[in-house]
Parts: sequence; structure tokens; C-alpha cells
Amino acid sequence: MGNDHRHLLAIADLGREDIIRLLDSARSFAEVSARPVKKVPALRGHTIVNLFLEPSTRTRMSFELAAKRLSADVMNFSTSTSSLSKGESLKDTGKTIVAMGVDAVVIRHKSAGAPRALTGWVDCSVVNAGDGMHEHPTQALLDLFTMRERLGGLEGLKVAIVGDIDHSRVARSNILALGKVGAEVLLVAPRSLLPEKVEEMGARVTGSMDEALAWCDVLYLLRIQMERVAESRFPSLREYTLEYGLTQTRWSRLERKPLVMHPGPMNRGVEIASVVADEVESVITGQVSAGVAVRMAVLFELLGGGHGG
Amino acid sequence: MADSVLIKGGSALLEPGRLTQADVLVADGVIRRAGKGVRSQAARVIDASGCVVAPGLVDIHAHLREPGMEYKEDVASGSRAAVCGGYTTVFCMPNTEPAIDNASVAEYVFDRGVDEGLCMILPHGAITVGRAGEVLAPMGEMGKCRAGVKGFSDDGSPLVDAEIMRRAMEYARTMGALIISHSEERSLSADGQMNEGYYSTFLGLRGIPPESEEIAVFRDIRLAEKTGARLHLAHLSTAGSVALVRDARRRGMEVTCEVTPHHFSLDESALMDYDTNLKMNPPLRSRADIEALLEGLSDGTIDAIATDHAPHAPHEKETEFDVAEFGVVGLETCLGLVMSRLVEPGVLSLEDALGKLTAVPAHIMEMERFGYRARLEEGEPADIVVFDPSAEWTVDPRTFKSRSRNTPYAGWGLKGKVTHTLFRGTVVVADGELVGAPETATLPARDEASTASTARAEGTKAKG
Repeated sequence: MGNDHRHLLAIADLGREDIIRLLDSARSFAEVSARPVKKVPALRGHTIVNLFLEPSTRTRMSFELAAKRLSADVMNFSTSTSSLSKGESLKDTGKTIVAMGVDAVVIRHKSAGAPRALTGWVDCSVVNAGDGMHEHPTQALLDLFTMRERLGGLEGLKVAIVGDIDHSRVARSNILALGKVGAEVLLVAPRSLLPEKVEEMGARVTGSMDEALAWCDVLYLLRIQMERVAESRFPSLREYTLEYGLTQTRWSRLERKPLVMHPGPMNRGVEIASVVADEVESVITGQVSAGVAVRMAVLFELLGGGHGG
Repeated sequence: MADSVLIKGGSALLEPGRLTQADVLVADGVIRRAGKGVRSQAARVIDASGCVVAPGLVDIHAHLREPGMEYKEDVASGSRAAVCGGYTTVFCMPNTEPAIDNASVAEYVFDRGVDEGLCMILPHGAITVGRAGEVLAPMGEMGKCRAGVKGFSDDGSPLVDAEIMRRAMEYARTMGALIISHSEERSLSADGQMNEGYYSTFLGLRGIPPESEEIAVFRDIRLAEKTGARLHLAHLSTAGSVALVRDARRRGMEVTCEVTPHHFSLDESALMDYDTNLKMNPPLRSRADIEALLEGLSDGTIDAIATDHAPHAPHEKETEFDVAEFGVVGLETCLGLVMSRLVEPGVLSLEDALGKLTAVPAHIMEMERFGYRARLEEGEPADIVVFDPSAEWTVDPRTFKSRSRNTPYAGWGLKGKVTHTLFRGTVVVADGELVGAPETATLPARDEASTASTARAEGTKAKG
């Protein structure tokens, strides 16, 4: 309780201005990453802990690089096991880490709400690097950054998000973020992969990939997981690809090609045909480099004291 | 023997459904006189002016955690919490460790209640051995032991297998037992953390759809109709469940049901901050469900109000939401919530609300079998609560007598505060404070208390 530090826990907590400000700030930091010496002294003397309690390589590396380019000191606390199975509670893990005098904890956790809970137990800033099926706010910010850089603006943009919306924190954060900046969102999936009343988050829903392809400016593909077959969410990967895959046939038929994005890692041959993946690769790797810039902007805003509350 | 007590000038529930200005004289553990202008040389006079005088509250659904999980609660701390909340009878659920699935454990829990001597602690028994849902527990023996177990439930878990539920009902009917259903279709609720809907989607928490409750309610109603068993449905939380009970009643079925204060006072939107004190099973539902529960209470479809008092230790709640235990304490806040959320807004009259907290649950549990009807009539056991219906107070978990503090109501202003509780004529709560109760687990005067209580029960002999 009584943690007065600034956090980034969810896109839901941000206003349109907050998002635009972070995207603008990320653009300046992207320039830093383009220099021969990719480092600024903005957060010198600050310590940031990456508390990754769920397997993750990309996001952890991205946060680590972002912190290092801001000259902050970084510690990594990674484990594939949950805090509970280690016998230590998240509360105690958090308190232990913060007792070492850190300024921010970047947390990845399999439980929705864990970052918010952590703010009650530690006396420092908390950044959500993905919590269960809840949110992944920096992913949404880097996705918006990429869309804005590639297409020039976000207002009125038509974004189709395809795949396992139910299990996706990336989808939830993107639905909210895109809604706040005035983009339109269409969710593309069978009903069995959509959470209840997701329309109330501000998105339309369709079961037709072809309808989505004809409509969208941005086609955002989510990673589909084999486990969902065992959960009776859809019959087989083969059928998923037939219905919702960005196959070579679908791609070549399109007169107006949308911007294709993917949070990675891609399942080539499942949600995206390998040939198409190669063709659109630059955008997807562009998302990765945008990730570093956006995370620099977030860490700088929370710790650098650049902006008021 | 307890000294005589005169409760003077209160508004007393002398008969069900009617409050009248009356005095109540208590001596030797029973009500001696109840009516206007009772004169007496009572050793003690309680000024009840402005207060309601009612039979001690009867909770048909609490978890007292003993044996096995005394770090959450035990019969001693649960008894103290109960009487401070106005309860003089608490039926406790058998999901203990070991489970209350045989006469020895049932008698152990019952005797622990007698030891404490603050209120009646009556265990429900498990339907199946170890609550594992496979082999029927000895309902006959548990019913005949001195704990006089009447209700059977695998509460905490549903009885998954419909065939076993059918046979349990048939057997219970023969044994004169009551089946209490924790209605949940687990294949729909597995891993669920909260009500399924917009809020679960927004928060990224696995949902528990209302249908998981309703399908099980429907199943157990149909099985009870088929088998002729008496069925009581625990903690109903959805509009669909209320409708199913209403329909069954229309067909002439004698099913009974209960609702908890948290299900009528809080909805799913309260979960936006992932407060684990709001995590319970069944989960907090929608506004529309609350409306249906209120309607069910006011039209009589819902018979009783029960706490589902479910204590948990801090380390079981100060965790990630999906790791936290389900449940909320309720013995010390129920009356206040009933007064503030049901009586004050006019959902229920004070008289009807009291009925759902006293005589109705007593009747559901057939407490008449040991001479208890939860009525303020001459010759009845003197289990009495006196409370100020207009006194406002703020919920402060630090003052709870329960060993656990997992309440979502901290800081809530409630109306209706217990001033006195009498158990078998002894004042156990006076001016809102626990009196004459030992802080230690065992009471020196155990034999006397034991005799007094077991005389009421059908039990045969004193603990040896």
C-alpha cells in the first residue's frame, strides 16, 4: 500500500494523450538506437530489475537493452517456475528485490493482475511486461508505434486482429490502445477463441478471414498454439490454417496488401505461410526494434521524471 | 445455572413475522416469560429500548476449519466470531482435514463447540468419504451420533457424478437426511476465477459462467424430484438458479435454498483491482443477478440467508489472484449487511429478514428434533440476540474475533449492531463485547455446558 511511484500496468490506465506522448518520445529514442554509440545517460545511477517469472526471451532482452541504452543498471531475475512452486510468495520475492534498492521492477508473470498486486508490496515503479491473459502494454505501444511509422497515422486506421483472442494479452492491450487513438478494430476468430462480451471492449467481431482481409489496413496475426486443439477451441491446426491462416493463396489474391504484423514468435505454415512471412519480414523485425525504443520511452517517463503525473 | 436476565423495553420477535414491544425474562437457560410489562426480580436487567430482540441467529453454512486448518479458524475463534455477530447456532461444513465424513469427527467438532460453550456448533457431514465423490459416507451413523448430523454436503466441491448424487439422495431420504448441494458443473468452471462476462474478459481472468451453477441446480432439483430426497441448495448466485427454484416450487417441490450477503451486496465490477478478498466460489455475479436474488428474497423463493463464512490466512490471500483461495469471512458482518442492504432499502421487512436468519434456517435443519425452534416463546431455549437496528458502525477487520480477516467490507459503514447475545440464558456478548468467554480453548466448566447442550440434542451420552 501507499506506493506513490509511477507505474505502467495496463493500457486501460492510459489516456490518448499518454499514448501519443509515449509514441513521440519513442521516436526520439529510436534515433538513439540508430546512432553509432547507442547510449544516453538519462537513467544513469538507476537500477532496474527484470523479474520474469514466465519464460520469455524477446521481451526480457528488449527491456534489458532499453534499460542499458538509458545507462541504467539492470539485473535479471528469471525463472520458468512460478514463485509459488519455488515456495516463495511474489510478495516476498518483490520485497527482497526492492530491499536491494531498485528503482523499477519490470515484471512478466503468468497470473493476470500480478503487476498490480506487486505495487502494493514494493516501494518502486512497476512495469507490466505481460501478465497472464490480461495485458501486455508495451507490446501494444510498440505495435502502435510501428503502425504510425509505416502508415503515417492511427486515427481511422482499420486493424484486424486474427487468432486466439481469448488467451491473448497482446490482443487485449491492442484493442484498448487502438480504441483510444481512434482506430477501428475487427477481431477475426471462431467464437470458441473469443472471450465473452469482448465487443464491449470496443471491437467488432467476425468469423470470416476473407471479410477481414477485404477490409483491413493492418492485419495483425496472433500466434496459435497447439494446446488449444486439446481444449476443443478448434479442430486442428490444418483446419485453422484453412479458415484463418494467411496462406499464399489468400495473400496473392489481395489487390491491396495490408500491413502484416505479428508479435512473434511466428508459426510458419500455421497462421502465416512461410513465403508470405518472408515477404513481410521487415515489418515484423521492425516491430522488434520499435520495442526497444518504446521501452526506453516508458522507462524514461517513469524514472526520468520528465513528465508530471 | 445461569442467573436470571430481564431484557426490557425492546421490540421483540415474539412470533414469526411480528415485532412487538415486549420484555423477555430468561432463567435457567430458558425463556420464562415474554410479553408486555414483565415484572421480575431478575439478577440482571438489559435495557433494550430502541433495540430489536430476536432469537439468536442461525447460520446454516459456515466453515470453521477444525480439524486440520486451525491456522485459519477453529471452533473456539469461530464461536467467538459467531456470537459477536449475533449467532447462537452455526452449522459448519465438513471440508476439514480430515473431512467430517464419520461419526468420530462429527462428534469431535460438536464436542469442541460444547467445550467453548458460546453457541451451538452443529456439523454437516460429507456426502462421500473424504469428499472425494466416490463412496457414500455413513449418513446413518453420523445422524445418530451425538452431533445429530442432519445435513450432508461435499461443499467446497460439487458432487461431480450424477449417479452418485442420485444414490446419495435415495439413501439420504431413507436416513431422514438433508442433501445440501454445492451446485457447480466443474467442467464449465474449471480454473475459473470470477464470473464470466465483460469483467473477466477485461481483467484476463478465467470465467465461471452462470450456467455452471444453473446446470448443477437443475440436475439436483430433478434428481431430488425423482428420489423424493430433501434438497437444500447452498449459496445461490445467479438469476437462472433463482428461476429454477421458483419453477420447482410451482411444481410443488419442497426444495429450499440460501443466499449469502456477499452475493446480494457486491457485483463483479468490484474486482477491477484484483482484490483477492473478493474472490469466492460461487463468484460475485452481475448487477442483473443481484436484482434477481433480491427479488427471490422478497418473493420468498430464497428461504434463508447464510454466511458461507470462509476464513483464510493472509498468506493465502496476499498472492496472485489466480493463486488465492476462494472465500470470505461473514459471521461478523452478515447482520449489518442484511440490515443495510435488505431491510433499509425495503427489500425485506425487518421481520422477514429475521425469519431468514433464524426460524427458517432452524426449520430447514429440523432443529425441532432437539426442541429448538428459534422462537422467543415461554419454555424455549434462551438463545437471544439484541441489536440496535439503527446503530451505524464501520467494519474494522482488526476487531474481528475470527482468526481470519479476509473481508471485502473493511471500511464499509453498516447499520445494525449487536449489543447482546445470550446463549442458553447466559450473556455471552454484552454491549457489543464478548464477556465471560475464556480466551483459552478449553472451558473449565465444560461438564455443565456439555450437559446443558447435549440435553437438547438427541445425543445419548456425555463425552467420555
